[in-house]
Amino acid sequence: MMTLRPADEAELSALLRGRTGPLRVIGGATRVLWFGGAADLLDCTALSGITLYEPGALTLVAGAGTPLAEVERVLAAEGQRLPFEVPDLRGLLGTAGVSTLGGVVAANASGPRRLQAGACRDSLIGLRFVDGTGMAVKTGGRVMKNVTGYDLVKLLAGSHGTLGVLTEVSFKLLPVPGASATLVLRGLDDASAVQAMAAALGSPFEVTGAAHWPGEGTFLRIEGFADSVAYRSGRLARLLAPFGSADMLDGDDTARQWQAIRDVAPFHDRPGDVWKLSVKPSDAPGLVARLAADAVLYDWGGGLVWVRTAPGADLRARLGPFEGHATLIRADAPVTAVFQPQPAPLAALAAALRRKFDPRGILNPGLMG
Amino acid sequence: MDMPLPDPSILSRKARIVDRLRAILPHDAVIDAPAETRAYDCDALTAYRCQPLAAVLPRTTAEVSAILRLCHEEGVPVVPRGSGTSLAGGALPTADCVILGVARMNGVLETDYANRFIRVQAGRTNLSVTGAVEADGFFYAPDPSSQLACAIGGNIAMNSGGAHCLKYGVTTNNLLGVTIVLMDGSVLQIGGAHLDPGGLDLLGVICGSEGQLGVVTEGTLRILPKPEGARPVLIGFSSNEVAGTCVSDIIKAGVLPVAIEFMDRPCIRACEAFAKAGYPDCEALLIVEVEGSDAEIDEQLALIRAIALRHDPVEFRESRSEEESKRIWLGRKSAFGAMGQINDYICLDGTIPVSALPHVLSRIGEMSRSYGLDVANVFHAGDGNMHPLILFDANKPGDLELSEALGADILKLCVEVGGCLTGEHGVGVEKRDLMPVQFTPDDMEAQMRVKDVFDPQWLLNPAKVFPLGATSARRGA
Ligand SMILES: Cc1cc2nc3c(=O)[nH]c(=O)nc-3n(C[C@H](O)[C@H](O)[C@@H](O)COP(=O)(O)OP(=O)(O)OC[C@H]3O[C@@H](n4cnc5c(N)ncnc54)[C@H](O)[C@@H]3O)c2cc1C
Ligand SMILES: Cc1cc2nc3c(=O)[nH]c(=O)nc-3n(C[C@H](O)[C@H](O)[C@H](O)COP(=O)(O)OP(=O)(O)OC[C@H]3O[C@@H](n4cnc5c(N)ncnc54)[C@H](O)[C@@H]3O)c2cc1C
Repeated sequence: MMTLRPADEAELSALLRGRTGPLRVIGGATRVLWFGGAADLLDCTALSGITLYEPGALTLVAGAGTPLAEVERVLAAEGQRLPFEVPDLRGLLGTAGVSTLGGVVAANASGPRRLQAGACRDSLIGLRFVDGTGMAVKTGGRVMKNVTGYDLVKLLAGSHGTLGVLTEVSFKLLPVPGASATLVLRGLDDASAVQAMAAALGSPFEVTGAAHWPGEGTFLRIEGFADSVAYRSGRLARLLAPFGSADMLDGDDTARQWQAIRDVAPFHDRPGDVWKLSVKPSDAPGLVARLAADAVLYDWGGGLVWVRTAPGADLRARLGPFEGHATLIRADAPVTAVFQPQPAPLAALAAALRRKFDPRGILNPGLMG
Repeated sequence: MDMPLPDPSILSRKARIVDRLRAILPHDAVIDAPAETRAYDCDALTAYRCQPLAAVLPRTTAEVSAILRLCHEEGVPVVPRGSGTSLAGGALPTADCVILGVARMNGVLETDYANRFIRVQAGRTNLSVTGAVEADGFFYAPDPSSQLACAIGGNIAMNSGGAHCLKYGVTTNNLLGVTIVLMDGSVLQIGGAHLDPGGLDLLGVICGSEGQLGVVTEGTLRILPKPEGARPVLIGFSSNEVAGTCVSDIIKAGVLPVAIEFMDRPCIRACEAFAKAGYPDCEALLIVEVEGSDAEIDEQLALIRAIALRHDPVEFRESRSEEESKRIWLGRKSAFGAMGQINDYICLDGTIPVSALPHVLSRIGEMSRSYGLDVANVFHAGDGNMHPLILFDANKPGDLELSEALGADILKLCVEVGGCLTGEHGVGVEKRDLMPVQFTPDDMEAQMRVKDVFDPQWLLNPAKVFPLGATSARRGA
């Protein structure tokens, strides 16, 4: 097994043009599930560096290999951030290494704020990639509103390296609000917790995080200017009085608590497979009841359920048909089907798109079907 | 502007095609008399018109599927149509096409407040989506100025935006799922009441594909709880540059207004004459709107006032009542109407990086003078989406062509400074031939491959988005 590390887009393009054998695309390799057969590694970390940052326009452009940590540091110095709260899954996965922007985009990785600020793909305003034939392509740009041509930005986000190798990504940013607080309701069962979160999310108080950690509590986050945070958390506590009286976490505890939820801390150092379910929130408690899970964590008001089960258990068989999908995120043994198989007509379209962009089937073959 | 020559073999089969459509649809759903198809000969880009072969107005997804299967078999191009408010000629027919209008599919299929979504048919108008949930304290966020008329299907096809998208995003950020019928008649469900796809993001590429990948018959849309309140301020400046800097400072300060609208002097004057909103007579005017409870609004407006005062505004007017808020918005909302009263105009839609605003405005001024055509500017400043309105006289020979040439120059300038040709109106036929200004042949090739997958024969809305030269081989296939 060889590691190829192109220095720039032109080198990457030449490499892919002449390539016949399979490649496993990696950024920081903080997350590499073992799929398919042997393959050389295509390491994207040399495509690194922030090329444009304009705080007054809330815009950042950077190479796909740029370490996430570097970007977060530069943004923090201007009081800004990526809106979608990127998870750090190293603790969950037991991996080391440094996540890259390209890896984040390729997985469309989004944290708790996804339910209010949108997913990674919603903040992504442009990108460059090289497809499996070596063709370099630009889509979108560096401005927030852009409907010129098809939106391949969305198609590439979450394509896990199967349509092309990302070389550059552009994001719109948000200011970091001055204050935050978290309401905690204790002792709710899963069904009541999801109802409480729905009530909070249906209120005008702009909840930016809604998670239920069974045994710990049901957490609702509010962010903004200090007075506004105080006002909205007070109103929200009153609204939620039927679910019990709420404790309040201050800004520091809020940051700690949501980092733990974002990174799925309750599953760190615990054995078993980890799955991620995306569901209609009100369906979540009923689906969880079918799972015989060792542990669960609800985020996105119930729309995202992290599940820990015995190794090798076929969660999808237990679930049966449901609205949404299940993705395997951690497993001890090699796995073949990381993603939920799609309905036949969608799978056919996806396969046809992969054949167009990667006709020789060299980019992460088998990962997405 | 060129359109492909109609296929004579289709024109000669008109009677048979119409008969076959009649056989699968209710009698009132097929229109082929020229007097009646005239209603479909253009959209809001009225300079271009063409009568279609026929128009069909289905009521169900099954009917849409049957129509497409038939047209696929007959090799007939299909142009989907919502309400026909496209400013880019997206719904312009060709003489050999069937117009597929979804206007009769306007029902609400499901509302779910616990999970915060609504499922509607594609012909439902944008405003009536909010209308269906408003009484319960919810709204649908994307709000194009045409929201009284335009349909959700058209919004999805164009990925439409609105005045409030600085905070809430555009259509693609508020779309959870669609039912879509491909050209071969197959019906697909993509997305739904859950977040994010389990595989490739097909929904993401369908949104904004200008009716070229499939006909959307239903949409699942995110709905949001209405804010407690909203209040605009009006800030007047003695130069465009200063107004532009003020916008950038507001954004940098961490306030996130729901809207920042910008008008320049020609636009202010026209609106004032038309709507009498009481705007100050100055070089540049901002309308900034913030949301929340009264106290939250006060806090944000205090910050905005402090920033604005650093830039010596000639006027800072904070609304004190519902009535005043309406008046502040009145002029802005009637801007296009006001322009229409005094002139024919072309509305451009390029986006630029916010930092390039002063430079671009002064260049537009120079170009306007050298072409001898007036340009008024009104736009969404927070996100850099410009709407220069080029004023011309349709009765004066050559004036339309001249204004189109000026428009092309302005759009090239937008791309040159790092922006794009269209921020929300779409490419359609209007900007089709400018695509190479922004994209390389390879960039366009990548986009066209997506169409190859969804519509291998290129029968759906085929002469739009890409330059004809780039698509001729595919359309001929
Ligand atoms: C199947 C799968 C599903 C995942 N789902 C989620 C999720 O839903 N939420 C979440 O928070 N995290 C998810 N992750 C983890 C996510 O990848 C990490 O959070 C991400 O930040 C890792 O960054 P990295 O640089 O270490 O990427 P790596 O671990 O090196 O790679 C991650 C994925 O991105 C691809 N990739 C990396 N760089 C590029 C590039 N430049 N161009 C194209 N493709 C590239 C890789 O091929 C691989 O598929 C998932 C990972 C996998 C493998
Ligand atoms: C006065 C005025 C103000 C406007 N303001 C704004 C604004 O603020 N923001 C903005 O973004 N736009 C604005 N527009 C442009 C226009 O209203 C939008 O593009 C709108 O989304 C078009 O919707 P429609 O239903 O009228 O679509 P149509 O004009 O009928 O069609 C538009 C495109 O969508 C396709 N299409 C329509 N229905 C379907 C379907 N069911 N399935 C697949 N494809 C379909 C058509 O083929 C065509 O390509 C404005 C227009 C006017 C006239």
